[in-house]
Amino acid sequence: MPDAIHPALLYLFGALLVLFLPGRFRQVFALAIPLLGLINYSQLAEGIYWSIPLLDFELVLGRVDRWSLIYLSIFTILSFIGILYILNDNRKLDFSAGLLYAGSAMGVVLAGDLLTLFLFWEMLTLAAVLCILTRGTPEAGKAAYRYLLVHVFGGVILLAGIVLHLATGGSIAFDKIELKGVGAWLMFLGFGINCAWPVVGAWLTDTYPHASHGGLIFMATYTTKTAVYVLARCFPGEEVLLYIGIVLAVVPLLYAVIENDLRRVLAYALINQVGFMVIAIGLGTPLSLNGAAAHSYCHILYKALLFMAMGSVLYRTGKTKATELGGLYRSMPLTCLFACLGAASMAFPYFCGFVSKSMIMSAAASQQTTLTTCVWLALLFGSIGAFQQAGIKVPFFAFFSKDSGLRCEEAPGNQLLAMAITAILCIFVGSFPNAYLYQMLPNPEASYQPYTVAHVTDQFALLLFCGLAFVLLIRSGLYPAEIRATNVDFDWLYRRGGSLVYRAFDKSLNATNSGVKKFVVGGVVKHVVNFFESGASRFAAWILTPVWMLAGYSPEKIEDSRQSLFKRSKRGAFPIGITTFCAVVLLGLLSLIVLLGK
Amino acid sequence: MKSSSPKSDDAPGWFDRKENVQKLLLWLYVGCGLFVLIDILFRVFGFDKHPYFRWEEWPGFYAVYSFVASVLLVLGAKYILRPLVKRSEDFYEKEAADNATEKGGPNDA
Repeated sequence: MPDAIHPALLYLFGALLVLFLPGRFRQVFALAIPLLGLINYSQLAEGIYWSIPLLDFELVLGRVDRWSLIYLSIFTILSFIGILYILNDNRKLDFSAGLLYAGSAMGVVLAGDLLTLFLFWEMLTLAAVLCILTRGTPEAGKAAYRYLLVHVFGGVILLAGIVLHLATGGSIAFDKIELKGVGAWLMFLGFGINCAWPVVGAWLTDTYPHASHGGLIFMATYTTKTAVYVLARCFPGEEVLLYIGIVLAVVPLLYAVIENDLRRVLAYALINQVGFMVIAIGLGTPLSLNGAAAHSYCHILYKALLFMAMGSVLYRTGKTKATELGGLYRSMPLTCLFACLGAASMAFPYFCGFVSKSMIMSAAASQQTTLTTCVWLALLFGSIGAFQQAGIKVPFFAFFSKDSGLRCEEAPGNQLLAMAITAILCIFVGSFPNAYLYQMLPNPEASYQPYTVAHVTDQFALLLFCGLAFVLLIRSGLYPAEIRATNVDFDWLYRRGGSLVYRAFDKSLNATNSGVKKFVVGGVVKHVVNFFESGASRFAAWILTPVWMLAGYSPEKIEDSRQSLFKRSKRGAFPIGITTFCAVVLLGLLSLIVLLGK
Repeated sequence: MKSSSPKSDDAPGWFDRKENVQKLLLWLYVGCGLFVLIDILFRVFGFDKHPYFRWEEWPGFYAVYSFVASVLLVLGAKYILRPLVKRSEDFYEKEAADNATEKGGPNDA
């Protein structure tokens, strides 16, 4: 046993207890949990802990190695920053959702088997739904419901994948899995849904803008990064990830350009950066996998900083749309500064994004195949576009651009402090990568040097010309005007498409239903019933009528006999003599047929 | 929407003055020129950039790629994607309302 307790246990305990604490105690307690988490983290040493035998399986709740430690580290830091950011609101459910989110993500990261992974994976969804619901608007309620639907669907796919994987002789260990067979593919897809892959990932940009100002910090940190983590664990080096990653790195940027809601612009840029990590996993070299981990780390930091800045804007003005914002640098100068530092952290040398993103680019470039060259060009495009959108567009339209006339107070002190700590971390990690970040990477043997003269000057040229293009596009009026609009994405499939499918089924199934009723119940069944009810007696009457005629019955007598035959048939009450006679005749006929047959 | 704080709100801020913006833009242009110049000097003096690809050695490759990519991204989004995907802001809400009243119908912007 290590000196530490399981981090998920600490956070889940906190998430529960914080609901019952009053006033100030609640604030102190909520902040104490991530602080304890940091101390607890420092006590964790590599090894396998907390195994529980269950039936034939061995559940492992604590696999501590270099992979889990680096993710655990940033998850713990962000839990502190996130709780600090929402501290002033002092709302039970906000604290609880944040702690639950952090705890579940840590549970996923430390899981050593697929069942434990699945359990914590589902808890992530619950926490995310709470983070949206705490916004308290009717739209948030609907968005939370959509989030739940998509992720429950994803969870079922993942579970089906795990079950099939186990049923076909796969191991329960949460480790590298060969992408072969239905089970593995379903797991792959289940992870991909949380990783916001093309088509199945539209939930992210659909629901994130509806989350509460603080809840979004947790959402942006935990869900996609745990998905990146599990992909890196299970499917490193799968070539299909490269294709998925290219789409992720490029397409969302086009949407970002025409999107009006600035938090949604950040969400598109988030998917673009997840694309970088997916590509890194697809490349599967020690350097690229280091890049995936390092970039998860840095991206969490700077994206949280940007989301916090926009969260504070939402908190103070109630608005996040570019058409409604502008000129806020006067009212919120510090928030503006932190947003700009967050933007710089995406790509500028001496900020964190520079030292991690370039690791992935170098890993792609060093392979020198046609595919990886395309990947490299897409990554370069992706990093330029991401900087233009999340780094220039968002701060520009929120804090500069035209004066919207909005006047508000600066963000609350705790929010500013949370942003300041994050900004300092961004600069520290970027300026001294070897002191801290590079020490923690999963593959210590793959070394990387981000600060070469050429790399720094090239990067500055890249960023300045990206800025130059933005300035010229804005000044020439070519930059598309920010307009109030909905841009249809694949969320259409479950928002509008869902209702279309419903209507299609409604029309087709109900039509089938009434048709079937008319034809089968009213037609076929009626005749069948008639046949079995009176068929035998009718047959008998048909045979007997000529006999009665030969016997010289009058037509009235024949009709009487027929009616009495039908009555007896309905009641099943033939005199025993007649039944016996019929049976004997039948037997006689059968014997005759048999004899003739010989 | 002007409200609350009575500070000297309507005095133009630093970024609202034209000469300040001009000054900033000038710095941007100078910066762009400087880094292209550095790239050209690297080439002239044969400085080894340890490139992975041949084209990384072309002077101004990153500058040109960045500029072209930025412009293509914006124009692509404006002229190709927006006409395809733009709907009215209440597209989904309208849809829900239509479903509720069983009317349906086109609702493009």
